[in-house]
Amino acid sequence: MARTEQQSNDRFQGRWFWRYASPAAFYPVAGRIEKLAWLIAILLAIVGLYIGFFRAPTDAQQGEVYRVIYIHVPAAWMAMVIYLAMAFWSATGLVLGTRLSFMMSHALAPTGAIMAVIALWTGALWGRPTWGTYWVWDARLTSTLILFFLYVGYMALAASFDDKRKGDRASALIALVGAVNVPIIYFSVNWWNTLHQGSSVRPGSSSMATIMLTAMMIMTFAFWAYCVAAAMHRLRTQIIERESRAQWVKELVK
Amino acid sequence: MIWESWGAFWAMGGRGFFVWGSYGALLVAVIAELFVLRGARKRAIDSVQSDSVQ
Repeated sequence: MARTEQQSNDRFQGRWFWRYASPAAFYPVAGRIEKLAWLIAILLAIVGLYIGFFRAPTDAQQGEVYRVIYIHVPAAWMAMVIYLAMAFWSATGLVLGTRLSFMMSHALAPTGAIMAVIALWTGALWGRPTWGTYWVWDARLTSTLILFFLYVGYMALAASFDDKRKGDRASALIALVGAVNVPIIYFSVNWWNTLHQGSSVRPGSSSMATIMLTAMMIMTFAFWAYCVAAAMHRLRTQIIERESRAQWVKELVK
Repeated sequence: MIWESWGAFWAMGGRGFFVWGSYGALLVAVIAELFVLRGARKRAIDSVQSDSVQ
């Protein structure tokens, strides 16, 4: 008996994955991740903003308005990263049939949409004094706007089914098909002539001053931690909703 | 401090509207999301509790 159990466990290299694919098992883990992520987000935001506003110098070309970069770039990156994470968990849910994967994907979507809005909003306010316009229909801006609409479409479709499992599958398809847009956003500044500047940060080489880059990267990790915390909170709420008939949930909220 | 005064800090070299308009929007978005998260959790818990009573 013990032997066969051992063998069946060994068949899966990542058997921890299967254990934590159970909503009941992952619920407390998500809570611990959430607490840690809030802490990291707050600490990094304080350090990042301090360096960004009180240590980094005025930009030689743009003056002070460049300081929008410390939230604009992290928000834009997170909007893309979250979409890819959503597509990953949607694919995992479709292939393995794990309920928690779909919940993870749903938990990420609203925060991803907010990141896209922040990227667009801060970009508009930065564009006005530097380009002379709040908005232009160029490749980088338009594809980011499409990213926002993909988030909205994903959430609307997931919510439109009475049968949650059908909503899971239908919305997962939007997540997967829409993922094509992410490399389009990323490479748009290289592929098309655009008003938006090229990448300041590339693997192995960056054109930014070290102290500005440091502040921006710290803010990026702060945003990352914030997104993890928000998604974990939403995931736990979904587990409560979807497992509401399970005894452990009833005990939990009693 | 790199700023001559707090006034200079808030003025952001005459670009205060654009800088603080960006950071303000982020602050509003984060606070709004936190409220929505709390509201959704409360509704989920309330609905499980009312189901259990029946």
